[in-house]
Amino acid sequence: MVTDQLVDLSRLQFAATAMYHFLFVPLTLGMVWLLVIMESAYVMTGKPVYKDMTRFWGKLFGINFALGVTTGITLEFQFGTNWAYYSHYVGDVFGAPLAIEGLMAFFLESTFIGLFFFGWDRLSRRQHLLVTLLMAVGTNLSALWILIANGWMQHPVGAEFSYETMRMELTDFWAVVFNPVAQGKFVHTVSAGYVTGAMFVLSVSAYYLLRRRDVEFAKRSFRIAAAFGFASICSVIVLGDESGYALGEAQQTKLAAIEAMWETEPAPASFNLIALPNDAAMRNDFALHVPWLMGLIGTRSVDKTLPGLKEILARNRERVVSGTEAVKLLDALRRSPDDAALRSRFAAVQGDLGFGLLLRKYVADVNDATPALIDQAARDTLPRVAPLFWTFRAMVGLGFAMLVLFGLALWHSVRGDFARRPGLLKWALWFLPAPWIACEMGWFVAEYGRQPWTIYGVLPTHLSVSTLTVESLYGSLAGFVGFYTVLLVVELYLMVKFARQGPGSLGTGRYANEAHPAALPA
Amino acid sequence: MIFDYPTLKLIWWLLVGVLLIGFAIMDGHDMGVGTLLPFVGRNDEERRVIINTVGPHWDGNQVWFITGGGAIFAAWPLVYATAFSGFYWAMLAVLWALFFRPVGFDYRSKIHHAGWRRTWDWGLFVGGAVPPLIFGVAFGNLLQGVPFHFDANLVPYYTGSFFGLLNPFALLTGVVGSAMLTFHGAIYLAHRTEGEIQRRALRAALIFGVLMLAGFSAAGLWLAYGDFGYVLVTAPDPAALPNPLTKSAVHAAGAWLANYGRQPATLALPALAYAGGLAALALAARRRTLAAFVASALALTGVIGTAGVSMFPFVLPSSTVPGASLTVWDAVSSQRTLSIMFWATLIFMPLIIAYTGWAYRVMAGKVTAAYIREHEHSAY
Ligand code: HDD
Ligand code: HEM
Ligand code: HEM
Repeated sequence: MVTDQLVDLSRLQFAATAMYHFLFVPLTLGMVWLLVIMESAYVMTGKPVYKDMTRFWGKLFGINFALGVTTGITLEFQFGTNWAYYSHYVGDVFGAPLAIEGLMAFFLESTFIGLFFFGWDRLSRRQHLLVTLLMAVGTNLSALWILIANGWMQHPVGAEFSYETMRMELTDFWAVVFNPVAQGKFVHTVSAGYVTGAMFVLSVSAYYLLRRRDVEFAKRSFRIAAAFGFASICSVIVLGDESGYALGEAQQTKLAAIEAMWETEPAPASFNLIALPNDAAMRNDFALHVPWLMGLIGTRSVDKTLPGLKEILARNRERVVSGTEAVKLLDALRRSPDDAALRSRFAAVQGDLGFGLLLRKYVADVNDATPALIDQAARDTLPRVAPLFWTFRAMVGLGFAMLVLFGLALWHSVRGDFARRPGLLKWALWFLPAPWIACEMGWFVAEYGRQPWTIYGVLPTHLSVSTLTVESLYGSLAGFVGFYTVLLVVELYLMVKFARQGPGSLGTGRYANEAHPAALPA
Repeated sequence: MIFDYPTLKLIWWLLVGVLLIGFAIMDGHDMGVGTLLPFVGRNDEERRVIINTVGPHWDGNQVWFITGGGAIFAAWPLVYATAFSGFYWAMLAVLWALFFRPVGFDYRSKIHHAGWRRTWDWGLFVGGAVPPLIFGVAFGNLLQGVPFHFDANLVPYYTGSFFGLLNPFALLTGVVGSAMLTFHGAIYLAHRTEGEIQRRALRAALIFGVLMLAGFSAAGLWLAYGDFGYVLVTAPDPAALPNPLTKSAVHAAGAWLANYGRQPATLALPALAYAGGLAALALAARRRTLAAFVASALALTGVIGTAGVSMFPFVLPSSTVPGASLTVWDAVSSQRTLSIMFWATLIFMPLIIAYTGWAYRVMAGKVTAAYIREHEHSAY
């Protein structure tokens, strides 16, 4: 039996394990390019300090990568274990990018990471740099393919429902690959990863500089991180704006919710800087507007309107009604698949099938749907506004704060006086968690904002789950929480230990803290 | 699209087999090494030697497993959905065992503390020993049929329990799975080490090689004389759109051996299992370890191929509603997806094999205690 509790626990498990995976992913995505930059400097200048930088930051990278791999496998399994109907319903489309990701990206990154760590004295300098580069390409290709898969969940193009196989079938592979939502997501998300990598190196270097140790090593690292970070944060913001624009086209519901926009305003719409959304009354109890801004972000024009939530609700109610018809026709077609008249009637309403399926949450047979239930199903298509409104603003706020930080860091790197600016260094140190918080907020906006769908407009979340027992879900969730807590403690312990010890952990004889690690204060 | 739908369906049956065999050969040997680690390595330095024989490669090898999962998702979505959700706790056990590998390899030697290192050594043992055992058990259950069915909307329902999976026949195939990969890992370990460690690895190879062949023979006899097998009553049309609800099938004792009568050439697979296994044992005894590794890889191919061919065209037979069984013809993706995935595999598989080969060549040679001392700070 699929109960609400089963659905909620499955969602919780996916959310928890995916958000946990994304603690490690962005650091991998960003650090790997910093390693490429540092090693290129080594190959070009021949200075050993650049090799040491590559190896020391590489060591921290490796500690993080191990958990990235561990937690990624969980997600790969989870579609099958916990989202069995989802896997059946969309596997024809969604499975392909996942499998291609393995073939094209995971093999590349995972094979070359071995040579990255173990190949230093068996490869020439150029060969080793090539290895590092291929590893970087691998990680970024992995992000590309998984975000193509995820982008398709947000905006399912290039596929069509087949009543014969009871699932979505691929009609145009290239439409899936070049899905504008997926492309926007890819650039925004990898740039967010680059920001994370840069912030990490910037913060840890600032820590050494504040302690006045390994100064030459730390200064070089800080400068590279400042430059790379500034470019990346600019790209995140510009491409975040691009994401907003893509939403304006593809997911007007999410955009309106993010902006707490209840009414359709005359173009160009204003932007709510601060608001207290009230879901029950469908209005804002308080709002501070910036005129015009929303219309500009969402439509890149001054004359197109963006629909407010109330208008969207009315539209979706129509679609639920038409979807009810689609579900009935589908049932009839499943019984007599050769009936041409049925087929053409179904084809006319097929686009609203997903909206009809929303009713299955309440009634097994849609013939039993009352107008009140239809209202309820339509209301379900609007996500709760306040969580989206505030997490989105947290992400954007952190984005602008990091823009200023990286801007100053770069400016003082160019002037060469950053090492004497404790205020800047402390800011860099304390801002270490900022990109992680922004990333998690971003994913929350993207995924929670997609509710109640797993495949937007096509497959409701509550139909997607496996027919497991609630006890199984509690059991597995407890297992994940237990394992992940221990793993996180171990990871953080090692990360902090080696970050504190610094490049001395390489045992080259050139740095502070060369003592046996066990002799160090914990 | 140059292939018609039935051909593509058949190609994907072969390709899934290739991926599973690739997994067993590549990830299998490092899992075998992990299983042997606490027993063959008697002190910290020996264990570091053992770990570093697979240190640079385990991660790439593990992708055979991940890609195998992804390929089943893409090519046989119903199999992926039904098997992964049905075998819920078995899958979680595999997953949680695998958790110990990345951290075990990467974190173990980063701290100088005997208890810490010993803990991760056992973690690597769990990560190496549990998955092959469970995969073996899973194959044993596939051969017996699994209790599941679908409703009219193709929602899968699994009606068995976790402990139901642990029946005597499945435990036997579990032993075959374990012994096979430990055998293969022992030979690999012997190839990359010398002296005392190599001697112990060769002894392990002898034990597990014999165990594998004995278990394989016992399972074969049990299949021949036990109550196993399913046959199609009305076969699905290979060219039709896949729908597992339209055919009918029944349980029929001895049916799993019928394919060998129909296609005698397939007898080459069980023969390969024996020939490869015996050759690997003989070559290992003469310390021709590389040749022995190739022979044990062929033995794995034979064992896995035998299980696959016996069940053909079934992939996941249902014991409660045999008509709902998933087969090569009706559990698959659309022709377009199969075709795209075929080309993707055709392009990337040779590349993967080429750069994996290069990585092994770069790291070739014996791993010794001297190597570990010299790379105190960077080796695993
Ligand atoms: C934007 C990037 C991104 C996103 C959204 C995801 N991942 Fe991930 N994943 C990576 C980026 C990445 C990576 C950068 O490639 C990782 C992280 C750290 C690492 O070690 O590789 C990785 C590792 C990783 C691995 C291990 C690969 C290996 O052994 O090399 C698997 C199986 C997955 N992921 C699967 C998933 C699934 C099924 C996801 C979705 C539900 C997912 N990842 C979301
Ligand atoms: C790694 C970054 C990701 C994070 C942090 C993340 C976060 C989340 C969150 C918070 C939810 C719960 C939403 C809710 O139930 O309210 C969720 C659900 C889900 N996400 Fe993601 N997600 C990530 C990537 C992905 C990707 C790349 C995919 C697919 C390729 C995906 C597929 C899903 C599915 C299937 C669900 C469960 C169904 C649902 O609740 O909608 N996620 N994710
Ligand atoms: C400063 C301006 C920013 C804007 C306008 C912006 C905009 C957006 C939008 C509209 C989404 C939702 C996309 C969707 O639902 O499909 C999103 C998601 C996301 N954001 Fe941002 N963002 C900004 C800053 C940041 C920063 C600083 C980070 C992290 C360093 C970040 C990380 C993410 C991530 C990881 C996601 C989820 C993946 C995705 O959907 O693309 N964002 N962002």
